Amino acid sequence: MGVAALPAITMLPRLSFADVPATSAINTTGLAVTDTEVTVGILHSVTGTMAISETGSVEAEKLAIEQINAGGGVLGRKIKFIQEDGASDWPTFAEKAKKLLVNDKCAAVMGCWTSASRKAVLPVFEQYNGMLYYPTFYEGLEQSKNVIYTGQEATQQIIAGLDWVNKTKGAKTFYLLGSDYIWPRTSNKIARKHIEGHLQGAKVVGEEYFPLGSTQFNSVINKIKLTKPDVIYAIIVGGSNVAFYKQLKAAGIDLSKQTLLTISVTEDEIDGIGGENIAGAYACMKYFQSLDNPNNKAFVPAFKKMWGEKTVIGDVTQAAYLGPWLWKLTAEKAGSFDIDKIAAASPGVEFKGAPEGYVRIHENHHLWSKTRVGKAKADGQYELIYETADLVEPDPFPKGYQ
Amino acid sequence: MIINSRFFNRSELIGFVALALLLFVILPLTLDVFRLNLVAKYLTYAFVAIGLVLCWGYGGILSLGQGVFFGLGGYCMAMYLKLEASSVANTKIQSTPGIPDFMDWNQITQLPFFWKPFHSFPFTLLAIILVPAFFSFIIGAAMFKRRVGGVYFAIITQAIAAILTILIVGQQGYTGGINGITDLRTLHGWDIRTDHAKFILYFVEVVLLFGCIVAAQFIRLTKLGRILVAMREKEDRVRFSGYSVANFKIFAFCAAAIFAAIGGAMFTLEIGFMSPSFVGIVPSIEMVIYTAVGGRMSIFGAVWGSLLVNFAKTSLSESFPQLWLFGLGALFIAVVLAFPDGLSGIWRDYVQPHIDRLIASRKSKARWADGSVADGAPAE
Repeated sequence: MGVAALPAITMLPRLSFADVPATSAINTTGLAVTDTEVTVGILHSVTGTMAISETGSVEAEKLAIEQINAGGGVLGRKIKFIQEDGASDWPTFAEKAKKLLVNDKCAAVMGCWTSASRKAVLPVFEQYNGMLYYPTFYEGLEQSKNVIYTGQEATQQIIAGLDWVNKTKGAKTFYLLGSDYIWPRTSNKIARKHIEGHLQGAKVVGEEYFPLGSTQFNSVINKIKLTKPDVIYAIIVGGSNVAFYKQLKAAGIDLSKQTLLTISVTEDEIDGIGGENIAGAYACMKYFQSLDNPNNKAFVPAFKKMWGEKTVIGDVTQAAYLGPWLWKLTAEKAGSFDIDKIAAASPGVEFKGAPEGYVRIHENHHLWSKTRVGKAKADGQYELIYETADLVEPDPFPKGYQ
Repeated sequence: MIINSRFFNRSELIGFVALALLLFVILPLTLDVFRLNLVAKYLTYAFVAIGLVLCWGYGGILSLGQGVFFGLGGYCMAMYLKLEASSVANTKIQSTPGIPDFMDWNQITQLPFFWKPFHSFPFTLLAIILVPAFFSFIIGAAMFKRRVGGVYFAIITQAIAAILTILIVGQQGYTGGINGITDLRTLHGWDIRTDHAKFILYFVEVVLLFGCIVAAQFIRLTKLGRILVAMREKEDRVRFSGYSVANFKIFAFCAAAIFAAIGGAMFTLEIGFMSPSFVGIVPSIEMVIYTAVGGRMSIFGAVWGSLLVNFAKTSLSESFPQLWLFGLGALFIAVVLAFPDGLSGIWRDYVQPHIDRLIASRKSKARWADGSVADGAPAE
């Protein structure tokens, strides 16, 4: 694609020389910035078990970079990206993050997906003073000068959804499920505190965890049948989802009658599960491909044009798309690529072209965003059922929920 | 078989000097700290590979669970470093300050009893050696005394690797779960994250590595080493000669475990974290591959194998982020098909004869020149 795109880029109206700030003025710390180019890194797993999830993020980031370059780049410079493979392996993530910062002097890195990979690279970014744009919804309990979290933290995703299911479905009893690692456990901890402390007369009737990649859910499905909870609250990730929803259906639990609320199944996962197996379930997150707004109507066709008609766009893919744009807007606000200036200028940066509508960076480097509930349809898409009236404030260290 | 009275024969001496030259002089002078740190990471696997040469190459005991011991050593070191990084001042933000952050996330309010001794540095150093030694002794005693060997032993070690991974991942309040133990900062008050520290740690590691090489060579040359070879070739005969085969096997297995644990502890120091992804089946098999590529009968080959395979891994994945695994796979297949004895086999068959010829011709020339008879190297 590079060769074909070159003539088109050179044809674009160039900024006149006076408009482009001098490299020495906007890059005082030796980042990879020339008079015409600025280098950023893309660090995701394109091999290994996480590749299926992270590929969407890579595609979204490349789309954003191409669009930004087509519009003239950042501070008069085209974005050049260096892609590295984290190989679904946390130490590899740390090694490659270090390479991108120390060797390649990347001005920003878009990357990581799982909490484990983020935890592995965080000390690297803090030590070498890099900037990471992290796209996944995650457990919170973290805040760093060197990270912008473009996905939702746990309270944003959980509380509004529980309130909604309590109010509209009158749900009183909840069965919490999750894969066994930090994100589902912390999320369920917050969910439990909210259910027991803030919802009138509601209680948790069960809580269970399964190893990553587990495919045996029969025993818990039997327990669910016995306890008959109003809501199954599921935070199962990755390939386990396929087994879980198929076994649920096979056991005769009809999701049009039994309410199931998940915060971990995006359109990408439904692709694997099969729409007919999950139709009727509710998902609570900030973005669905079916959102009806002008930004999204431009974003979805552009994405499909670049990556094929059949690709679906999930919550994290959209959040990954925000990364390069937020970085561009921040660099222009700061008038510099320096990491310290980017970190300081980030709070208050707003992106009005976000496919999810509108986002703004909070002082704590997370995003203000709306929370939405969608209902899964047999065609693999979500139908928007509810969205919060206002943007939800990110609160990575929620008082009373720890 | 002629018994060699010298510690290294000539070709081994060449290998020793070449490796020392490379690791002590050439690499530190030519690489920047980032690349040197990568080499340090590769070398941590060389410890495991040396252990495998002893236990698999010489003893014929194929262990597919060396990641267990690598992990045990690494976790012992990580626990000490984590406690040091979790001082009350550093963890003010937590609901229970003074305990590691992942415990706080998992609603644990008190340091578990088995973490407490790791406040002490001497205890940690002892634990790095003794915990894996004890663990491998239990496994070895349980298996070899019952005469479980060969494929069955390999399968059992693999199962142990899987069990330990599941245990670590499942008990995340106590172990950090799948994230591992991250964000390690200082060793006894010394910041291990700086470039200067990485440089020093590299040399510490290389010295330890040569210590292990010498120890392995020593074991190989003693009577014990020859019994190991005899056991590999004809176990029953050794047993009928009155030797306790099980004890020798346990010893080889424990020695390999200790080497692996030292590698694991160095890994934690070099990279700054430890996670269950080094304990499981896949890394354990990878470690066997390093040994196979280097040549399972050669101690130096093990070091070269670890260096080369990991170097290929890094450079292939940097150049071809989407395709590198295929390249690596092709490399393994090619090595095993074309050179079943690995790198050391290539050296022995193609390089060594040239060197021998060179030395021989020089010697004969010298003999012609001064007319005296050079007393050739004894016992070659």
